Amino acid sequence: MATHAGGLSATPVATGTDVVAGAPAVAVRGLVRAYGEERVLDDLDLELALGEFVAILGRSGSGKSTLLRALAGLDHGVAGVGEVRVPDQVSVVFQDSRLLPWARVLDNVVLGLDGVGRRDARDAGRAALAEVGLAGRERAWPNELSGGEQQRVSLARSLVRSPQLLLADEPFGALDALTRIRMHELLRDLYDRHRPAVLLVTHDVDEAIVLADRVVVLDRGRIAVERRIDLDGARDAADPRFAAIRTELLDALGVERKDVTA
Amino acid sequence: MTAVGTITRAGTAPRTSPGAAQIAGVRPQARPDVRPAGRRLGLGRPIPAAGLLGVVVLVGVWVAGSATGLIDQRVLSAPWTVVTTAGDLIAKGDLQENLGVSLTRAALGLAWGVAAGVVLALASGLSRVGDALLDGPIQVKRAIPNLALLPLLILWFGIGEPMKVITIALGVFIPIYVHTHNGLRSIDSRYVELAETVRLGRPQFVRRVVLPGALPGFLLGLRFAVTGSLLSLVVVEQVNATAGIGYMMELARTYGQTEVIIVGLVVYGVLGFTADAAVRLLQRRALAWRRTLED
Repeated sequence: MATHAGGLSATPVATGTDVVAGAPAVAVRGLVRAYGEERVLDDLDLELALGEFVAILGRSGSGKSTLLRALAGLDHGVAGVGEVRVPDQVSVVFQDSRLLPWARVLDNVVLGLDGVGRRDARDAGRAALAEVGLAGRERAWPNELSGGEQQRVSLARSLVRSPQLLLADEPFGALDALTRIRMHELLRDLYDRHRPAVLLVTHDVDEAIVLADRVVVLDRGRIAVERRIDLDGARDAADPRFAAIRTELLDALGVERKDVTA
Repeated sequence: MTAVGTITRAGTAPRTSPGAAQIAGVRPQARPDVRPAGRRLGLGRPIPAAGLLGVVVLVGVWVAGSATGLIDQRVLSAPWTVVTTAGDLIAKGDLQENLGVSLTRAALGLAWGVAAGVVLALASGLSRVGDALLDGPIQVKRAIPNLALLPLLILWFGIGEPMKVITIALGVFIPIYVHTHNGLRSIDSRYVELAETVRLGRPQFVRRVVLPGALPGFLLGLRFAVTGSLLSLVVVEQVNATAGIGYMMELARTYGQTEVIIVGLVVYGVLGFTADAAVRLLQRRALAWRRTLED
């Protein structure tokens, strides 16, 4: 743990000054991150508009998690150059819910908020828990919750900070298929209400299409394909336009597909 | 379909379950409770008052041995002799007085040792410099038996109370340091990352993540420390003490009073057992969030 200890007080790579209307929520320019000789991110440019929902797709090793960690300011000691500008309030949702097992649910939600206005923070925490459908579970231990519920607590923990940018690193990757569908609805719902900019890293093409306004496919540290998702209304996997986008993205990911339409 | 059902049935070992009779509305014989025989690897149901059972059996053997004359009175006094002797000692006020002195010594040594152990564990666990400076010497100290330091400690601090408390504290801080340090270093680095993303300050990080994360280790160390403090207590009380349970026993040895020595031993035993039980209770309360093999 001490390897990280030095970085605890470090701020993200570059904290943006107040977000001016019209200015992007996230601006990444010429970003390079390298582990040894290997460039995981190779001169990457990316912008997210305020309140834009972007999904990053990519195979393992494409650099998508490295990008997210760079935006979250979690990549201390990783060699690199380039410019990263993010808003002041950034929340991260990890693949594991990452709840402190020794703190009750509400304490996890308001972690780090109880300096000033402790009472307000706890009220906000209760409201956030209610919003993710966990009202009444404030006093539960994380161990007593199901995987889906734990991830909802982690969403509540992110929300209660009113983030201008929400970073999500395969947040539903560890959940079963049914729970995942419910979580997609919940996330989309919360997004519509709070409108943070969202960067969702995933390897699930359908998830990206269902949730995002724009999908970016990363390949070897560069943007291979960008695709705006212009499906209006409910996004249905049975919709032929949905299928067309999926085919396009799978091709970009280099997935060989047998013709199954016959 | 029927074939599949038959195979499944054949593969299960029918077994009556003790639970079947307890289900409301189901007559025990009416519906069989058939389930596959699975091997249970957990510990099963807890035995009531499990902690006392072994002790009760041991005392039972002692009583039986003394009553039948299998145990020679000169070697080991009978339990009832010990009880009456204890009664006499209490009536004279000797036992309470000596116990008070002993408890104060142990408690003071424990308090200083625990404080030192925790502070040192935090200092060396949370900073690279602290680790480099502190961990080495402490490991060296750990390798030297506490009692081997006694001659030096007597030279430095004399034979009074400070020497006794310091000796106990020196024995106590080692397990506290080792286990707290270990607990602290094995906190999952993912929680450190989390602390960074929610921008915890260092004091909050220590309070919300480090201390609770190291608590299981600390409490394990505390169990060792409590027994260790009593161990050191026994030794220091036999070095030129003028009060305390150990002094009482030393005095009894010179007069050949086996029963008083045994009263002293029983008191030491009860002290150790009670202290350990107290720490275990504390452990269960403080670590309610954990689900372990014990539950």
